[in-house]
Amino acid sequence: MELFDDFPSMGRTDLRDLKKGIDFAFRDFSRDNGEAIEGFFDPLMYFMVWFEKLLMAAPWPIMILIFAVLAWLGARSIGIVIGTIVSFLAIGYFGMWEDTMATVAIISVATFLCIGLGIPLGILMSRSNRLQAGVTPVLDIMQTIPSFVYLIPVVMLLGIGKVPGLIAVCIYALPPIVRLTNLGIRLVDKEVLEAAEAFGSSYRQKLFDVQIPLALPNIFAGVNQTIMMALAMVVIASMIGVKGLGVPVLRAVSNQYLALGLMNGLAIVALAVIFDRVSQQYGKRLQKHRQGGHGV
Amino acid sequence: MVSDIKVSIKNLYKIFGSNGKDMVQKVEEGATKSSLQAEHKHVLGLNNVNIDIPARRIQVIMGLSGSGKSTLIRHLNRLIEPTSGEIMVDGEDVLAMSDVELRNFRRNKMSMVFQKFALLPHRTVIDNVGYGLKIKGTDKAEINERSQKWIDRVGLSGFENNYPAQLSGGMQQRVGLARALATDAEILLMDEAFSALDPLIRNDMQDILLDLQEELHKTIIFITHDLDEALNIGDNIVILRDGAVIQQGSPQEIVLDPADDYVRDFIKDINRARVLDVSSVMKAGSNGSGLELASDVILELAMPAMIKADVTSANVMHDGEVIGVVTLADMIGGIARPESHDGEQVTYR
Repeated sequence: MELFDDFPSMGRTDLRDLKKGIDFAFRDFSRDNGEAIEGFFDPLMYFMVWFEKLLMAAPWPIMILIFAVLAWLGARSIGIVIGTIVSFLAIGYFGMWEDTMATVAIISVATFLCIGLGIPLGILMSRSNRLQAGVTPVLDIMQTIPSFVYLIPVVMLLGIGKVPGLIAVCIYALPPIVRLTNLGIRLVDKEVLEAAEAFGSSYRQKLFDVQIPLALPNIFAGVNQTIMMALAMVVIASMIGVKGLGVPVLRAVSNQYLALGLMNGLAIVALAVIFDRVSQQYGKRLQKHRQGGHGV
Repeated sequence: MVSDIKVSIKNLYKIFGSNGKDMVQKVEEGATKSSLQAEHKHVLGLNNVNIDIPARRIQVIMGLSGSGKSTLIRHLNRLIEPTSGEIMVDGEDVLAMSDVELRNFRRNKMSMVFQKFALLPHRTVIDNVGYGLKIKGTDKAEINERSQKWIDRVGLSGFENNYPAQLSGGMQQRVGLARALATDAEILLMDEAFSALDPLIRNDMQDILLDLQEELHKTIIFITHDLDEALNIGDNIVILRDGAVIQQGSPQEIVLDPADDYVRDFIKDINRARVLDVSSVMKAGSNGSGLELASDVILELAMPAMIKADVTSANVMHDGEVIGVVTLADMIGGIARPESHDGEQVTYR
């Protein structure tokens, strides 16, 4: 009966030794290699510092003009452009300009990093069922594991600052772009692919003439999701030393400043809505050729 | 009708499944499609196919769905690899080609038209037509010039900058046809190319194809499940069932002498007067009336001509000589359904 009452667990001492073993091993690893790894990320850090300073130092009317132009190029919608301008004016009026620029900086860098890593990885996954079977569970873990858990090893290795914050954001934001690139390419019409083959396309020609263009709507949905997930990580990233709108939110939580938390929270929402609408509209415009009807 | 052989298919087998190679022997020993499926869980795609396809003619391959016709046409440019057999094009072994050779073969020698058009939805008509040329690395100006020529030729002038989704099915397939012709390949594979179109448009497309063929003289391999279409455009017809060739021959031979009940079933509803010509029902002799008919006139045209001339017999002419004689009664006998000789009671008593 003893077996049913007490779970046959590992002894308390053994368990402590195991945990200690892992902790010490990782500590030794980070002591030995921490500097080398930090060195590896140095160029990225310098770039982020430079980019953040650039956004903060630029005169605000010019920045708003740039945002408005980008919104127009992406969405081609006057409503969205006006919404963008009003949002940024309000953000500045309520004194959140610098924090917002810092957040825009890290979101942009994280998004480009995720696109740069995620699209090639998604393409590779679409070509090999075995790679897909291997990578999918890793993506599942990246999306579901509580962020605080992976913050521990990241901080142990790289300390506190922009780069570990960026890595934390990317771990969370990378999966959708990988998944949707893979899915998009796998969903490309088999007949069109067969036609490309029948006309003697090489692998490269098939990829760039057929697969990527036809997968673009899905790839773009992935980019949109990646941006949204990156924004969702702003507050958590601020816990390990990333500047931006997350810092005042964190302060508001610990000090029960309702208005401060609300304002900065709403600023994050405003950014999210702008990024989302612009990227979605852009994605829609990519599919214009799918509309039927005669004449142009 | 002697002409050189362009494509030669010998002892071609395709068996789908994990262990196809070993199954070939089982099929040679007499296993059928259903027994192979039941006992060995392999699907018999093609069963000992032997076809010699003459150059510059339209070869139709027909059969019902599941007969292996689409599988067969995909072997010719190796979109599907055979289990065993031989495919020679202009004396060159297609199956021995390396990847690079195969790519060049597909780019230059053989192009293809698809049932569901398979156009690139994100490219305009002119870019779709020039697609094969772009893959070959032709320069931009020449691509546009040649694409424009073929767009004009298939009657799509003015639609160069439309996207495929903006065109009707028939127009989309004209783009598909122009795309296949633009590479100047000598062999054109057409996989149920007109089957997705409605009957009127299908007839239009058949006429366009026959017009083009009159001046281009390509070797066309045309897959269809529609016998009327096969008889209308085919110089030769191969009939497939369960992956095996049941009968091959000219449209006249198929209609006059069906190999078995399967083929007989196929041809029972067709308009025989439109397929048979006078030479196929004539008898020896030269004692016809004064009317002279060319040997390749179809009965549908010959009978009204005889009635108009008010004669019941006519001499059949070929190269200026009388080669036989044909009577109205022979013609009526020729267009009668084979099974109406017995069976139904049609006379009044």
